[in-house]
Amino acid sequence: MGVLNEFFVLPFLDIAEAPLFFIEVIIGGLSAGVMYSLVALGFVLIFKASGVFNFAQGVLALFAALTLVGIMEWGVPAPVALLLTAAVMVGLAFAVERLVLRPLVNQEHIILFMSTIGLAYFLEGLGDTLWGSNVKKLDIGIPEQSFEIGGVLLNQFELVAAATAGTLVAVLAVFFHYTRVGRALRAVADDHQAALSVGIPLKTIWVIVWSVAGIVALVAGIMWGSKSGVQFSLSLIALKALPVLILGGFTSVPGAIVGGLIIGVGEKIGEVYWGPALGGAIENWFAYVLALMFLVFRPQGLFGEKIIERV
Amino acid sequence: MHARNLILAAATAAVTTALVTAASPVWAAGEMVLPSLVYRTGAYAPNGVPFANGVSDYIALVNAKGGINGVKIKLVECETGYKTDVGVECYEKLKGEGATGAAVFNPLSTGITYQLIEKTWVDKVPVHSMGYGRTAAADGRVFKWTFNFPTTYWSQASAVIKYIGDQEGGMGNLKGKKIAHVFHNSPYGKEANPTLEILADKFGYELIMLPVDHPGQEQKATWLQIRRKKPDWVFMSGWGVMNQVAIKEAAAVNYPMDHFIGNWWSSTESDVLPAGDAAKGYKGANFHGAGADWALHGDILATLYGGDKAKAGGKNFGEVLYNRGIVNAVFSTEAIRTAMGKFGDKPLTGEQVRWGLENLDLTAARLKALGLEDFTNPVKVTCEDHETMGPVRIQQWDGGKWVYVSDWIKPMRNVVRPLVERAAAAYAQEKGITPRKCDGSD
Repeated sequence: MGVLNEFFVLPFLDIAEAPLFFIEVIIGGLSAGVMYSLVALGFVLIFKASGVFNFAQGVLALFAALTLVGIMEWGVPAPVALLLTAAVMVGLAFAVERLVLRPLVNQEHIILFMSTIGLAYFLEGLGDTLWGSNVKKLDIGIPEQSFEIGGVLLNQFELVAAATAGTLVAVLAVFFHYTRVGRALRAVADDHQAALSVGIPLKTIWVIVWSVAGIVALVAGIMWGSKSGVQFSLSLIALKALPVLILGGFTSVPGAIVGGLIIGVGEKIGEVYWGPALGGAIENWFAYVLALMFLVFRPQGLFGEKIIERV
Repeated sequence: MHARNLILAAATAAVTTALVTAASPVWAAGEMVLPSLVYRTGAYAPNGVPFANGVSDYIALVNAKGGINGVKIKLVECETGYKTDVGVECYEKLKGEGATGAAVFNPLSTGITYQLIEKTWVDKVPVHSMGYGRTAAADGRVFKWTFNFPTTYWSQASAVIKYIGDQEGGMGNLKGKKIAHVFHNSPYGKEANPTLEILADKFGYELIMLPVDHPGQEQKATWLQIRRKKPDWVFMSGWGVMNQVAIKEAAAVNYPMDHFIGNWWSSTESDVLPAGDAAKGYKGANFHGAGADWALHGDILATLYGGDKAKAGGKNFGEVLYNRGIVNAVFSTEAIRTAMGKFGDKPLTGEQVRWGLENLDLTAARLKALGLEDFTNPVKVTCEDHETMGPVRIQQWDGGKWVYVSDWIKPMRNVVRPLVERAAAAYAQEKGITPRKCDGSD
């Protein structure tokens, strides 16, 4: 009876007792979800264009943030440092295509996946060698003050993060749907061989998609790095993207956003209202439970493509 | 076999031989091995690097001055990445190194320490988990080979509660107050919980437990609960990125930073610098000094860096964790020196160094002679007490450096020691250990 009370009565009474706090929890969840989506987007881009789960996406975010801070430490102004870092990420995309992907053309996806594991370790080591392992403060001028509206606490940084994610999705949507390159990317994603047969160069597409994923990683690295300092645990943010991808689907840009928001809100509500009954610290695994519950009804994720294979 | 294959095989053999030769250490006569389990890479490297640098600099200084009574120390680092399995591998690899084997292991990880405790009984190599590890090991009657002086998480928790009581105008005023413990959801993070619970019963404060899962990059739910429950004080047992995020989140919910106290693994430069001005006022516990204003630091600077402060700064010179590495190395070398008093000025075995640890009497005069006056407290280890329950000091971040805001606070021995003995007795029963009598016969 006590257990039933803890799980099915008390949390709801708690919500009813302090509705403003409940709104704060939802807002907190949305802001966390936006941050997860930023990481998930990078995974989606590469998976969408090549069918490869890029294990190195979290490390790409770390490497981008390390590079940005490193360049800023030389005294370079933030906007210039941003451009230079973006250029480094594009350069990295060329290197990845030439040295990692090209030799593995026509190999199984699992081989390409394994190569991204190697890439992750290499980039982590390279970042350590180039920029050191100290925690670095990243300040590109994003305001961080909190303020209250109607008794609800809001934070400027989180609002900027939400705006950034929204802008990123809009830009990516335009890029995918209304540009020639974007259409080529979608063609490659749909069918490699058909795309090649109509003259779409796979190598160029890979460079483009890794460049875009690198720049998305830079944005994720900036937002997460501003929050925690730039340090090697930044690569672990990939873990936060996995339930988002499971839920939103590996091939959908909107799925990454909606999935992120659902996971963010779900895990915060779970932690605050149901966490105490389970000893606390449930949000990490609760996110996966939430995602798996969705999978029962939609195995391809909320927005993923349904794969039908005819026998 | 084709010529190409022959050449390839020859080249491989040559490279392998060269690598094996390079990897095989050559031990000089009159030298003893001090293993150093470090994590200079991985997610926790920002904490591991300064500590490892402090240890290596101090040992380099000792060697530069002729070693310990003429015996040079060979410091052998082994990278663990803060991973327990790798740490155990390092132990297995290094325990027999050198002519007399490893002197003492400093695992620098609670997880690794837990794994080594039983191995050391067989291998006869002592483990010193300085300010971490299994708190019950403070009872030397049960844990013959494990030491955790100068103080433990339980002692620290009691000292922090004493400090809070003092800030509230007396321990009696803790009644009705709310104290939150934000902790890393791991054996390390949970170590202080039993002590905090007992003290909550004793002094009547409400204890709010808020665990944070590894790695702790997302803590919104935790800090929303703090905002709602409004604890009067927050005590944190965090590690790595968890600390930096917690400080930022505390600032984001406008929690008063001077009522937020981190334990000694949550109050380093790495923890506060990423938060910038928001970290001003944040407090932390410590059992040694911060900064580089001690005579020993001047000695290190002059001897190892030729007075080049910038070069030393690159090695985290004077940072909290660098200084902790120095303290750890001082304890190890002074224990070896103590053991030499009994066994002679020669490379010693782990068993002999264990005797040195158990009979270590690091006095204020000796600390002064080492150039560490008032840097840390004198330590006198005994057979019964492998912890010594040394005092703790509260430091506060002023935006540029740590400054002391309390005197040395003695832990509540009357509360902590019975807990230690009870836990050690339970362990002894579980493992079938007969506690030592500590009358000189064992």
